[in-house]
Amino acid sequence: MPKITLFSKTKELESQTDEFCNTVSEGALAFKIGIHRYLEADTTGFEEKLHHVSKLESTGDDLRREIQRRLYVETLIPESRGDVLDLLEHTDDILNACDGAMWQLAIEKPELADDLKTDFANLAESVAEAVEALVRALRDFFRGGESLTDDMHKVGFYESEADKMGHKLMGAIFSSDIDLSRKNQLRSVVLHIDSIADTAEDVSDMLAVFALKRAI
Amino acid sequence: MEVAVLIFLSSGLFLGWSLGANDAANVFGTAVGTRMVKFSTAAFVCSAFIIIGAVISGAGASHTLGKLGAVNALGGSFVAAFSAALTVYGMTRAGLPVSTSQAIVGAIIGWNLFSGFPTDTKALFKIVATWIACPLLAGIIGVILFKATVSVVKWAKLHIYRLDAYTRLGLILAGAFGSYSLGANNIANVMGVFVASNPFTNFNVGDFYSFSGVQQLFLVGALAIAIGVFTYSKKVMLTVGTGLLPLSPVGAWVVVVSHSIVLFLFASQGLEHTLANAGLPTIPLVPVSSSQAVVGAVIGIGLLKGGRGIQWKVLGSIATGWITTPVIACVVCFVVLFFMQNVFNTVVYRDASYVLSEPVLERIKKDGVDIERLKRLKDQRFKSVREFRRVLREKVTPTGPVESKILDRAKIDVVLIRNDKIWQLDNTSLSKSQVSSLWEIVGRRFDHTWMLDDALSGIHEEWRSLPDTTANKLNNRHIKEQRQQVYNIFRVKPKQE
Repeated sequence: MPKITLFSKTKELESQTDEFCNTVSEGALAFKIGIHRYLEADTTGFEEKLHHVSKLESTGDDLRREIQRRLYVETLIPESRGDVLDLLEHTDDILNACDGAMWQLAIEKPELADDLKTDFANLAESVAEAVEALVRALRDFFRGGESLTDDMHKVGFYESEADKMGHKLMGAIFSSDIDLSRKNQLRSVVLHIDSIADTAEDVSDMLAVFALKRAI
Repeated sequence: MEVAVLIFLSSGLFLGWSLGANDAANVFGTAVGTRMVKFSTAAFVCSAFIIIGAVISGAGASHTLGKLGAVNALGGSFVAAFSAALTVYGMTRAGLPVSTSQAIVGAIIGWNLFSGFPTDTKALFKIVATWIACPLLAGIIGVILFKATVSVVKWAKLHIYRLDAYTRLGLILAGAFGSYSLGANNIANVMGVFVASNPFTNFNVGDFYSFSGVQQLFLVGALAIAIGVFTYSKKVMLTVGTGLLPLSPVGAWVVVVSHSIVLFLFASQGLEHTLANAGLPTIPLVPVSSSQAVVGAVIGIGLLKGGRGIQWKVLGSIATGWITTPVIACVVCFVVLFFMQNVFNTVVYRDASYVLSEPVLERIKKDGVDIERLKRLKDQRFKSVREFRRVLREKVTPTGPVESKILDRAKIDVVLIRNDKIWQLDNTSLSKSQVSSLWEIVGRRFDHTWMLDDALSGIHEEWRSLPDTTANKLNNRHIKEQRQQVYNIFRVKPKQE
């Protein structure tokens, strides 16, 4: 006999949303490790992470669509549905950006001078931290918690750090002796990675507004 | 039942329909309007619990309405209910907020003015005071409940989906409670005017349950309300929303529960009984406005949030409606009564004759009223209440309560205890001892009902009213109802009919 539990559909949806947050978090971590592998010239390790991030991006898309479908079909959270779906869609953009950045590295194979590698690694770290803080804020938003402000502040902080790293890197790139074409290539990679943190901050700003709207 | 009776009841059914169409939105409006609850679910739950509330607990509030004015002819009841329904319908069509409770009170006062019967100022004061108390109480309860709910929700840290699911369930349960309270409290508006001329008689279901005539009357009214809910309330529910203040679903739940608590408080005979037994002041059982309770709760929450977002203009128009509704209903009722009586020759009230005989004067004296000036009118007979009141005011100038006492004692209301009608006592709530008391006075005639009361009280203690205190209130009301049942069976109708 099937086990009937009260609010079983709600619990399923909660699990799916938690899984989505896990996917984004894992995506950012896999992205960070992938960048490290690339900087260490570990081709096998980098490709493994590349495929890992791609798979997570695909999983994120599927989860987001399923959550969207269920929210509409079961007419759940009518007051907040639009806001929640906006949040999920823009958060999914983070996974898309991570995947895009990894593929850019895989296809274009930019060469980095040794003196740039540390700052490049720090940029990836800041971006990953920004995404981690955002995921914590998201979980808190869904659970009506009170540490939302703290996590949103951290997103802003790490986004600023990522911007600083990005500016420092670009300054170093354009001060070096390499060809202009290589400089542009590296600039494009830096901007692409930095945009992940920018997206995280945009989602954090949306969260701030939705949290206010959600107040009883 | 005669067709004429059904026709007269139709105005009450029309009023019931409009109550269902309008007031269901107070209970389920936000839930359905925000798509938290499907309309079909809301309509079913609302209808079922309105019927249950009306049948089980509807009697309390109807007593108070009956005290305000006992509309004693079906034609009059028809007009009173029709006038109230017309007022509600007209104001709804004009987009103005309206209260069914206030409309029916205005109509009853209109009937009193037309028939010449006095308006019980004590009952009127109680009702008007309740109209003020109702939104205030709803506001206070709303504030307390809102703060408690916010604290619990914050502490529980529920997932947004879980909170949504609980809120939906809460809205349905609150809606059920609200519907029960609406039925219990407002059925008096719909069918209260027909109680005095109730065409239904008690019937027993085996030996274990007696379905009284009043309960049957309320069931019919509740069915009309339910039909109103199903046929028209969806439109009203879907347009109810943020008219006064934008509310979240949880806020809406708080408003519905606050509204339900207030309506329940003003309808619950059980609560009255408990308070009376404890010697505490009781809450008057009065039909209160469902709309006003919602407004009170919403304003309470709005003020708690700092007063921002409250549409004060909307509130102003609601407050204006509280005054204009009873006035309009009163005027409409008066005018329609005039036409019904003089153009359609319908009996809209049964007048009474009055006499200040020696026994009556002695009884009035026993009630604590000075009869010196009344002696001037001794043995004079008055054919109508209007005539009698005019003479009383000219000669004696009594105050309201004193006038009521004199009218009550002097009213000729002949009761003859006939052998061939005693069997009808089987369908009443009288005990065996009480029935035996009646057997002892078979064949006797009483020109005034108080004479019968005194005779019965002298025979058995179960007919005696206890001292008029809070603790004895329910017991005395029960005895009064039993006496009324006896009058209805043995009353001798006046010859002029």
